[in-house]
Amino acid sequence: MAETGSNQAPETGAFFQRDRQWHPPALTPNYKSSVLRSPQKALVSFDNTLSESTGRVFGHAMLGELDNDLIHNFARPGESAIGERIIVHGRVLDERGKGVPGVLLEFWQANAGGRYRHKKDAYLAPLDPNFGGCGRAITGEDGSYALRTIRPGPYPWPNGPNDWRPAHIHFSVFGHSFAQRLITQMYFEGDPLIWRCPIVGGISNREAIEALIAALDMQSTIAMDALAYKFDIVLRGRRSTLFENRPEGN
Amino acid sequence: MAQSLDRLKESPSQTAGPYVHIGLTPNFCGIGGVYASDLGSSMINDQTKGERIELRIRVLDGTGTPLREALVEIWQADANGLYNSPAEMRGAADPNFLGWGRQPTDTETGVCLFQTIKPGRVPLRDGRLMAPHISLWIAARGINVGLHTRLYFSDEEKANAEDPILARIEHRLRVPTLIAERRGDTYVFDIHLQGEKETVFFDS
Repeated sequence: MAETGSNQAPETGAFFQRDRQWHPPALTPNYKSSVLRSPQKALVSFDNTLSESTGRVFGHAMLGELDNDLIHNFARPGESAIGERIIVHGRVLDERGKGVPGVLLEFWQANAGGRYRHKKDAYLAPLDPNFGGCGRAITGEDGSYALRTIRPGPYPWPNGPNDWRPAHIHFSVFGHSFAQRLITQMYFEGDPLIWRCPIVGGISNREAIEALIAALDMQSTIAMDALAYKFDIVLRGRRSTLFENRPEGN
Repeated sequence: MAQSLDRLKESPSQTAGPYVHIGLTPNFCGIGGVYASDLGSSMINDQTKGERIELRIRVLDGTGTPLREALVEIWQADANGLYNSPAEMRGAADPNFLGWGRQPTDTETGVCLFQTIKPGRVPLRDGRLMAPHISLWIAARGINVGLHTRLYFSDEEKANAEDPILARIEHRLRVPTLIAERRGDTYVFDIHLQGEKETVFFDS
Protein backbone atom coordinates (compact mmCIF):
# COMPACT_ATOMS: atom_id res chain seq x y z
CA MET A 1 0.00 0.00 0.00
CA ALA A 2 1.66 3.17 -1.20
CA GLU A 3 0.52 5.45 1.59
CA THR A 4 2.08 3.34 4.34
CA GLY A 5 5.51 3.98 2.85
CA SER A 6 6.19 0.35 1.95
CA ASN A 7 8.63 -0.20 -0.90
CA GLN A 8 7.02 -3.51 -1.80
CA ALA A 9 4.70 -3.76 -4.77
CA PRO A 10 1.10 -4.19 -3.67
CA GLU A 11 -0.11 -7.74 -3.65
CA THR A 12 -2.46 -8.62 -6.45
CA GLY A 13 -2.99 -12.37 -6.19
CA ALA A 14 -6.29 -14.16 -5.79
CA PHE A 15 -7.54 -14.99 -2.31
CA PHE A 16 -7.71 -18.28 -0.47
CA GLN A 17 -11.22 -19.58 -0.91
CA ARG A 18 -13.65 -19.04 1.92
CA ASP A 19 -14.29 -22.07 4.13
CA ARG A 20 -18.05 -21.96 4.17
CA GLN A 21 -18.28 -24.80 6.67
CA TRP A 22 -16.40 -22.60 9.13
CA HIS A 23 -18.65 -19.60 8.56
CA PRO A 24 -22.32 -19.96 9.49
CA PRO A 25 -24.44 -21.25 6.60
CA ALA A 26 -27.10 -18.96 5.12
CA LEU A 27 -29.96 -20.95 6.61
CA THR A 28 -29.85 -21.26 10.40
CA PRO A 29 -33.52 -21.86 11.30
CA ASN A 30 -33.11 -21.19 15.04
CA TYR A 31 -32.25 -17.65 13.96
CA LYS A 32 -35.69 -17.08 12.51
CA SER A 33 -35.09 -14.17 10.18
CA SER A 34 -32.56 -16.28 8.23
CA VAL A 35 -35.38 -18.53 7.04
CA LEU A 36 -36.75 -16.18 4.36
CA ARG A 37 -33.48 -14.39 3.72
CA SER A 38 -31.24 -17.32 2.83
CA PRO A 39 -30.61 -18.27 -0.80
CA GLN A 40 -31.78 -21.85 -1.50
CA LYS A 41 -29.72 -22.34 -4.62
CA ALA A 42 -26.00 -23.05 -4.55
CA LEU A 43 -23.55 -20.17 -4.80
CA VAL A 44 -21.81 -20.00 -8.18
CA SER A 45 -18.03 -20.22 -7.72
CA PHE A 46 -15.28 -18.68 -9.79
CA ASP A 47 -11.71 -17.66 -9.14
CA ASN A 48 -11.19 -14.00 -8.22
CA THR A 49 -11.07 -11.58 -11.12
CA LEU A 50 -9.81 -8.01 -10.75
CA SER A 51 -13.32 -7.10 -9.61
CA GLU A 52 -12.81 -9.16 -6.44
CA SER A 53 -9.05 -8.86 -5.90
CA THR A 54 -9.10 -5.05 -5.89
CA GLY A 55 -10.82 -2.81 -3.38
CA ARG A 56 -11.11 0.67 -1.98
CA VAL A 57 -8.48 1.53 0.64
CA PHE A 58 -9.04 4.40 3.06
CA GLY A 59 -6.42 6.77 4.42
CA HIS A 60 -5.91 7.80 8.04
CA ALA A 61 -6.69 11.38 7.03
CA MET A 62 -10.41 10.64 7.05
CA LEU A 63 -10.41 9.99 10.79
CA GLY A 64 -11.45 12.51 13.41
CA GLU A 65 -9.68 12.62 16.75
CA LEU A 66 -12.52 10.96 18.66
CA ASP A 67 -13.59 8.46 16.00
CA ASN A 68 -12.29 5.49 18.03
CA ASP A 69 -13.51 6.83 21.38
CA LEU A 70 -17.16 5.92 21.87
CA ILE A 71 -17.05 7.19 25.46
CA HIS A 72 -16.62 10.72 24.16
CA ASN A 73 -17.50 10.99 20.46
CA PHE A 74 -21.18 11.63 21.14
CA ALA A 75 -20.93 13.04 24.65
CA ARG A 76 -21.55 16.65 25.64
CA PRO A 77 -18.39 18.60 26.40
CA GLY A 78 -16.95 17.49 29.73
CA GLU A 79 -19.28 14.50 30.02
CA SER A 80 -18.89 10.84 29.12
CA ALA A 81 -20.96 7.72 28.50
CA ILE A 82 -22.19 5.67 31.48
CA GLY A 83 -21.00 2.09 31.89
CA GLU A 84 -18.03 -0.18 32.35
CA ARG A 85 -15.13 1.59 30.68
CA ILE A 86 -13.14 -0.70 28.43
CA ILE A 87 -10.44 -0.68 25.80
CA VAL A 88 -10.80 -3.10 22.91
CA HIS A 89 -7.64 -3.64 20.95
CA GLY A 90 -6.01 -6.20 18.71
CA ARG A 91 -4.62 -6.80 15.26
CA VAL A 92 -6.07 -7.48 11.87
CA LEU A 93 -4.13 -10.38 10.33
CA ASP A 94 -4.58 -12.34 7.16
CA GLU A 95 -4.71 -16.12 7.03
CA ARG A 96 -0.95 -16.21 6.50
CA GLY A 97 -0.52 -14.49 9.87
CA LYS A 98 0.64 -11.18 8.41
CA GLY A 99 -0.62 -7.94 9.96
CA VAL A 100 -2.80 -6.03 7.50
CA PRO A 101 -2.21 -2.25 7.57
CA GLY A 102 -4.72 0.32 6.38
CA VAL A 103 -7.82 -1.73 7.24
CA LEU A 104 -10.92 0.33 8.00
CA LEU A 105 -12.79 -1.02 11.04
CA GLU A 106 -16.22 0.33 11.89
CA PHE A 107 -17.91 -0.57 15.17
CA TRP A 108 -21.41 -0.24 16.54
CA GLN A 109 -23.06 -1.38 19.73
CA ALA A 110 -25.81 -0.89 22.29
CA ASN A 111 -25.25 1.18 25.43
CA ALA A 112 -24.51 -0.22 28.90
CA GLY A 113 -28.19 -1.14 29.36
CA GLY A 114 -28.53 -2.93 26.02
CA ARG A 115 -30.36 -0.09 24.24
CA TYR A 116 -29.45 0.99 20.71
CA ARG A 117 -29.71 4.56 19.51
CA HIS A 118 -32.04 3.55 16.66
CA LYS A 119 -35.69 4.44 16.18
CA LYS A 120 -36.60 0.77 15.65
CA ASP A 121 -35.21 -0.28 19.02
CA ALA A 122 -38.16 -0.09 21.42
CA TYR A 123 -36.50 -1.84 24.38
CA LEU A 124 -37.50 -0.16 27.66
CA ALA A 125 -33.94 0.33 28.87
CA PRO A 126 -33.19 4.04 28.46
CA LEU A 127 -30.89 5.77 26.03
CA ASP A 128 -27.72 7.33 27.41
CA PRO A 129 -27.64 10.98 26.29
CA ASN A 130 -23.86 10.81 26.09
CA PHE A 131 -23.60 7.64 24.04
CA GLY A 132 -24.09 7.32 20.27
CA GLY A 133 -22.74 3.82 19.70
CA CYS A 134 -20.59 4.13 16.58
CA GLY A 135 -16.86 4.41 16.02
CA ARG A 136 -14.11 3.62 13.55
CA ALA A 137 -10.37 3.10 13.26
CA ILE A 138 -7.79 2.27 10.61
CA THR A 139 -5.09 -0.29 11.37
CA GLY A 140 -1.46 0.80 11.65
CA GLU A 141 1.64 -0.66 9.95
CA ASP A 142 1.47 -3.88 11.96
CA GLY A 143 -2.31 -4.28 11.61
CA SER A 144 -3.04 -3.02 15.13
CA TYR A 145 -6.06 -0.99 16.22
CA ALA A 146 -7.67 0.16 19.46
CA LEU A 147 -10.93 1.68 20.56
CA ARG A 148 -12.29 2.99 23.82
CA THR A 149 -15.91 2.35 24.75
CA ILE A 150 -18.24 1.13 27.45
CA ARG A 151 -19.13 -2.52 27.69
CA PRO A 152 -22.53 -3.02 25.99
CA GLY A 153 -25.35 -4.71 27.91
CA PRO A 154 -27.18 -7.83 26.73
CA TYR A 155 -30.65 -7.26 25.30
CA PRO A 156 -33.78 -9.24 24.55
CA TRP A 157 -34.92 -9.71 20.96
CA PRO A 158 -38.02 -11.09 19.31
CA ASN A 159 -36.76 -14.47 18.10
CA GLY A 160 -37.68 -17.18 20.56
CA PRO A 161 -40.03 -16.12 23.38
CA ASN A 162 -37.12 -15.37 25.74
CA ASP A 163 -33.98 -14.89 23.67
CA TRP A 164 -31.24 -12.51 24.80
CA ARG A 165 -28.24 -11.48 22.79
CA PRO A 166 -24.92 -11.77 24.64
CA ALA A 167 -23.04 -8.50 25.09
CA HIS A 168 -21.43 -7.82 21.73
CA ILE A 169 -19.84 -5.21 19.52
CA HIS A 170 -20.49 -5.34 15.77
CA PHE A 171 -17.36 -5.06 13.61
CA SER A 172 -17.36 -4.16 9.95
CA VAL A 173 -13.99 -4.87 8.36
CA PHE A 174 -12.82 -3.34 5.13
CA GLY A 175 -9.66 -5.07 3.91
CA HIS A 176 -7.87 -4.26 0.70
CA SER A 177 -10.25 -6.09 -1.59
CA PHE A 178 -13.88 -6.63 -2.31
CA ALA A 179 -13.23 -10.34 -1.60
CA GLN A 180 -12.13 -9.61 1.99
CA ARG A 181 -15.25 -7.69 3.01
CA LEU A 182 -16.48 -8.99 6.35
CA ILE A 183 -18.98 -8.12 9.06
CA THR A 184 -18.85 -9.99 12.34
CA GLN A 185 -19.53 -9.62 16.08
CA MET A 186 -17.19 -9.60 19.04
CA TYR A 187 -18.27 -11.31 22.27
CA PHE A 188 -16.81 -11.11 25.78
CA GLU A 189 -14.92 -13.87 27.57
CA GLY A 190 -17.02 -15.69 30.13
CA ASP A 191 -20.46 -14.46 29.04
CA PRO A 192 -22.87 -17.39 29.65
CA LEU A 193 -25.31 -16.02 27.04
CA ILE A 194 -22.87 -16.76 24.20
CA TRP A 195 -23.67 -20.48 24.26
CA ARG A 196 -27.43 -19.89 24.25
CA CYS A 197 -27.58 -17.48 21.34
CA PRO A 198 -29.10 -18.66 18.03
CA ILE A 199 -27.03 -16.15 16.05
CA VAL A 200 -23.78 -17.42 17.58
CA GLY A 201 -25.12 -20.99 17.32
CA GLY A 202 -25.37 -20.62 13.55
CA ILE A 203 -21.63 -21.32 13.62
CA SER A 204 -21.29 -25.07 14.06
CA ASN A 205 -17.62 -25.26 15.02
CA ARG A 206 -16.80 -24.47 18.63
CA GLU A 207 -13.33 -23.26 17.70
CA ALA A 208 -14.85 -20.84 15.20
CA ILE A 209 -17.12 -19.43 17.92
CA GLU A 210 -14.16 -19.02 20.24
CA ALA A 211 -12.44 -17.01 17.52
CA LEU A 212 -15.12 -14.33 18.11
CA ILE A 213 -14.68 -14.13 21.89
CA ALA A 214 -12.38 -11.38 23.09
CA ALA A 215 -10.13 -12.26 26.01
CA LEU A 216 -9.87 -10.10 29.12
CA ASP A 217 -6.40 -8.56 28.80
CA MET A 218 -5.17 -7.31 32.16
CA GLN A 219 -1.81 -6.27 30.64
CA SER A 220 -3.55 -3.60 28.59
CA THR A 221 -5.85 -2.16 31.22
CA ILE A 222 -5.36 1.38 32.47
CA ALA A 223 -5.28 1.28 36.25
CA MET A 224 -8.14 3.18 37.92
CA ASP A 225 -9.60 3.90 34.47
CA ALA A 226 -10.49 1.09 32.05
CA LEU A 227 -10.40 -2.71 31.65
CA ALA A 228 -9.17 -4.13 28.36
CA TYR A 229 -10.16 -6.88 25.94
CA LYS A 230 -8.05 -8.20 23.10
CA PHE A 231 -9.77 -9.10 19.84
CA ASP A 232 -7.82 -10.16 16.76
CA ILE A 233 -9.53 -10.37 13.39
CA VAL A 234 -8.41 -12.59 10.52
CA LEU A 235 -9.11 -11.75 6.87
CA ARG A 236 -8.73 -13.96 3.82
CA GLY A 237 -5.10 -14.39 2.74
CA ARG A 238 -3.83 -13.93 -0.79
CA ARG A 239 -2.24 -16.61 -2.89
CA SER A 240 1.18 -15.76 -4.23
CA THR A 241 1.12 -15.33 -7.98
CA LEU A 242 3.64 -18.11 -8.68
CA PHE A 243 2.01 -19.11 -11.93
CA GLU A 244 0.19 -16.35 -13.72
CA ASN A 245 -1.29 -16.67 -17.22
CA ARG A 246 -3.39 -19.62 -16.32
CA PRO A 247 -6.08 -20.32 -18.93
CA GLU A 248 -8.68 -18.90 -16.58
CA GLY A 249 -8.78 -17.03 -13.33
CA ASN A 250 -7.58 -13.53 -12.68
CA MET B 1 3.62 -36.24 9.86
CA ALA B 2 4.28 -33.34 7.51
CA GLN B 3 4.98 -29.79 8.61
CA SER B 4 2.01 -27.81 9.78
CA LEU B 5 0.64 -25.46 7.15
CA ASP B 6 0.48 -22.94 9.96
CA ARG B 7 -2.34 -20.82 8.57
CA LEU B 8 -4.98 -18.95 10.48
CA LYS B 9 -8.70 -19.30 9.84
CA GLU B 10 -10.71 -16.33 8.64
CA SER B 11 -12.85 -14.74 11.37
CA PRO B 12 -16.33 -16.21 11.03
CA SER B 13 -19.01 -13.88 9.73
CA GLN B 14 -22.05 -12.84 11.75
CA THR B 15 -25.16 -10.99 10.68
CA ALA B 16 -25.02 -7.20 10.48
CA GLY B 17 -28.33 -7.19 12.39
CA PRO B 18 -31.18 -4.66 12.19
CA TYR B 19 -29.15 -1.71 13.48
CA VAL B 20 -26.30 -1.83 10.98
CA HIS B 21 -27.03 1.83 10.16
CA ILE B 22 -25.75 2.98 13.55
CA GLY B 23 -22.27 1.90 12.57
CA LEU B 24 -22.17 2.30 8.82
CA THR B 25 -24.59 5.14 8.02
CA PRO B 26 -25.00 6.97 11.35
CA ASN B 27 -26.12 10.26 9.83
CA PHE B 28 -28.84 8.41 7.90
CA CYS B 29 -30.26 7.03 11.15
CA GLY B 30 -30.12 10.32 13.03
CA ILE B 31 -26.80 10.02 14.85
CA GLY B 32 -25.34 13.34 13.84
CA GLY B 33 -22.14 15.02 14.89
CA VAL B 34 -19.89 11.96 15.03
CA TYR B 35 -18.84 11.89 11.36
CA ALA B 36 -19.20 14.78 8.90
CA SER B 37 -20.97 12.52 6.40
CA ASP B 38 -21.74 8.87 5.87
CA LEU B 39 -18.90 7.04 4.20
CA GLY B 40 -19.64 6.04 0.61
CA SER B 41 -22.75 8.21 0.30
CA SER B 42 -21.34 10.03 -2.72
CA MET B 43 -19.26 8.44 -5.47
CA ILE B 44 -18.94 11.10 -8.17
CA ASN B 45 -18.27 14.82 -8.58
CA ASP B 46 -18.68 17.16 -11.55
CA GLN B 47 -15.31 16.14 -12.98
CA THR B 48 -15.88 12.40 -12.95
CA LYS B 49 -15.53 10.96 -16.45
CA GLY B 50 -18.23 8.75 -17.89
CA GLU B 51 -21.94 8.39 -18.43
CA ARG B 52 -23.98 9.35 -15.35
CA ILE B 53 -26.41 6.68 -14.32
CA GLU B 54 -28.65 5.93 -11.37
CA LEU B 55 -29.06 2.48 -9.84
CA ARG B 56 -32.40 1.73 -8.26
CA ILE B 57 -31.96 -1.44 -6.23
CA ARG B 58 -34.28 -3.42 -4.00
CA VAL B 59 -33.59 -6.56 -1.96
CA LEU B 60 -36.57 -8.90 -1.57
CA ASP B 61 -37.05 -11.85 0.79
CA GLY B 62 -38.57 -15.24 0.04
CA THR B 63 -42.12 -13.81 0.17
CA GLY B 64 -41.30 -10.96 -2.22
CA THR B 65 -41.26 -8.38 0.59
CA PRO B 66 -38.58 -5.68 0.19
CA LEU B 67 -36.02 -5.51 2.99
CA ARG B 68 -36.23 -2.09 4.65
CA GLU B 69 -33.14 -2.34 6.84
CA ALA B 70 -30.59 -3.73 4.39
CA LEU B 71 -27.26 -2.21 3.45
CA VAL B 72 -25.86 -2.41 -0.06
CA GLU B 73 -22.27 -1.66 -1.06
CA ILE B 74 -21.04 -1.47 -4.63
CA TRP B 75 -17.55 -1.67 -6.16
CA GLN B 76 -16.88 -0.91 -9.78
CA ALA B 77 -14.31 0.20 -12.34
CA ASP B 78 -14.19 3.73 -13.77
CA ALA B 79 -15.34 4.60 -17.29
CA ASN B 80 -12.09 3.19 -18.72
CA GLY B 81 -12.34 -0.10 -16.85
CA LEU B 82 -9.72 0.77 -14.18
CA TYR B 83 -10.19 0.21 -10.47
CA ASN B 84 -9.33 2.94 -7.97
CA SER B 85 -7.32 0.50 -5.84
CA PRO B 86 -3.67 -0.01 -4.83
CA ALA B 87 -3.97 -3.49 -6.39
CA GLU B 88 -4.77 -1.98 -9.81
CA MET B 89 -1.55 -2.42 -11.79
CA ARG B 90 -2.75 -1.48 -15.29
CA GLY B 91 -2.78 2.29 -14.85
CA ALA B 92 -4.21 5.13 -12.82
CA ALA B 93 -7.97 5.20 -12.39
CA ASP B 94 -9.99 8.42 -12.64
CA PRO B 95 -9.05 10.33 -9.43
CA ASN B 96 -12.53 11.86 -9.39
CA PHE B 97 -14.21 8.50 -9.04
CA LEU B 98 -13.98 6.45 -5.84
CA GLY B 99 -15.43 3.30 -7.35
CA TRP B 100 -17.05 2.38 -4.05
CA GLY B 101 -20.43 3.34 -2.64
CA ARG B 102 -22.63 2.41 0.28
CA GLN B 103 -26.36 3.03 0.67
CA PRO B 104 -29.08 1.84 3.04
CA THR B 105 -32.44 0.74 1.68
CA ASP B 106 -35.24 3.23 2.33
CA THR B 107 -36.97 2.43 5.63
CA GLU B 108 -40.42 2.67 3.97
CA THR B 109 -40.05 1.62 0.34
CA GLY B 110 -36.96 -0.56 0.55
CA VAL B 111 -35.46 1.26 -2.44
CA CYS B 112 -31.74 1.94 -2.45
CA LEU B 113 -30.33 4.56 -4.86
CA PHE B 114 -26.79 5.06 -6.17
CA GLN B 115 -25.64 7.92 -8.37
CA THR B 116 -22.67 6.63 -10.31
CA ILE B 117 -21.20 6.18 -13.78
CA LYS B 118 -21.34 3.27 -16.16
CA PRO B 119 -18.14 1.23 -15.77
CA GLY B 120 -15.83 0.25 -18.62
CA ARG B 121 -14.92 -3.33 -19.40
CA VAL B 122 -12.34 -5.14 -17.28
CA PRO B 123 -10.22 -8.05 -18.55
CA LEU B 124 -9.41 -11.37 -16.96
CA ARG B 125 -5.73 -12.13 -16.61
CA ASP B 126 -5.85 -14.08 -19.88
CA GLY B 127 -7.12 -10.98 -21.67
CA ARG B 128 -10.74 -11.96 -22.24
CA LEU B 129 -13.01 -9.03 -21.45
CA MET B 130 -15.82 -9.13 -18.94
CA ALA B 131 -18.98 -7.20 -19.77
CA PRO B 132 -19.48 -3.93 -17.85
CA HIS B 133 -20.62 -4.85 -14.39
CA ILE B 134 -20.84 -3.63 -10.80
CA SER B 135 -20.04 -5.89 -7.84
CA LEU B 136 -22.56 -5.80 -5.00
CA TRP B 137 -22.34 -6.84 -1.39
CA ILE B 138 -25.50 -7.12 0.72
CA ALA B 139 -25.70 -7.18 4.50
CA ALA B 140 -28.86 -7.28 6.64
CA ARG B 141 -30.63 -8.85 9.58
CA GLY B 142 -31.14 -12.55 8.72
CA ILE B 143 -28.13 -12.69 6.40
CA ASN B 144 -25.34 -14.57 8.18
CA VAL B 145 -22.62 -13.97 5.59
CA GLY B 146 -22.67 -10.93 3.29
CA LEU B 147 -24.00 -11.87 -0.15
CA HIS B 148 -21.98 -11.19 -3.28
CA THR B 149 -23.63 -10.66 -6.64
CA ARG B 150 -23.10 -8.61 -9.80
CA LEU B 151 -25.20 -6.14 -11.71
CA TYR B 152 -24.92 -6.23 -15.51
CA PHE B 153 -26.67 -3.84 -17.92
CA SER B 154 -29.61 -4.65 -20.20
CA ASP B 155 -28.25 -2.45 -23.02
CA GLU B 156 -24.98 -4.42 -23.22
CA GLU B 157 -26.39 -7.52 -24.84
CA LYS B 158 -23.37 -8.31 -26.99
CA ALA B 159 -20.85 -7.89 -24.14
CA ASN B 160 -23.08 -9.85 -21.77
CA ALA B 161 -23.25 -12.72 -24.27
CA GLU B 162 -19.45 -13.09 -24.19
CA ASP B 163 -18.94 -12.45 -20.46
CA PRO B 164 -16.85 -15.31 -18.97
CA ILE B 165 -18.47 -15.07 -15.54
CA LEU B 166 -22.04 -15.14 -16.83
CA ALA B 167 -20.91 -18.11 -18.94
CA ARG B 168 -20.14 -20.01 -15.71
CA ILE B 169 -23.81 -20.08 -14.77
CA GLU B 170 -24.98 -23.56 -15.61
CA HIS B 171 -28.70 -22.83 -15.52
CA ARG B 172 -29.03 -20.29 -18.33
CA LEU B 173 -32.53 -19.30 -17.21
CA ARG B 174 -30.90 -17.70 -14.14
CA VAL B 175 -28.63 -15.34 -16.08
CA PRO B 176 -31.33 -12.62 -16.43
CA THR B 177 -31.44 -12.32 -12.60
CA LEU B 178 -28.13 -10.41 -12.91
CA ILE B 179 -29.22 -7.98 -15.61
CA ALA B 180 -30.55 -4.57 -14.56
CA GLU B 181 -33.20 -3.08 -16.79
CA ARG B 182 -32.51 0.30 -18.35
CA ARG B 183 -35.23 2.98 -17.98
CA GLY B 184 -33.86 6.29 -19.21
CA ASP B 185 -30.71 6.95 -17.18
CA THR B 186 -31.83 4.61 -14.42
CA TYR B 187 -31.13 0.92 -14.11
CA VAL B 188 -33.65 -1.01 -12.05
CA PHE B 189 -32.36 -4.09 -10.26
CA ASP B 190 -34.34 -6.34 -7.91
CA ILE B 191 -32.34 -8.82 -5.87
CA HIS B 192 -34.38 -11.85 -4.83
CA LEU B 193 -32.76 -13.58 -1.87
CA GLN B 194 -34.82 -16.71 -2.25
CA GLY B 195 -37.40 -18.55 -4.33
CA GLU B 196 -38.30 -18.93 -7.97
CA LYS B 197 -36.66 -15.70 -9.12
CA GLU B 198 -33.65 -16.13 -6.81
CA THR B 199 -30.70 -13.98 -7.86
CA VAL B 200 -27.41 -15.71 -8.60
CA PHE B 201 -24.99 -15.21 -5.71
CA PHE B 202 -21.29 -15.87 -6.01
CA ASP B 203 -18.50 -17.44 -4.02
CA SER B 204 -15.28 -15.87 -5.21
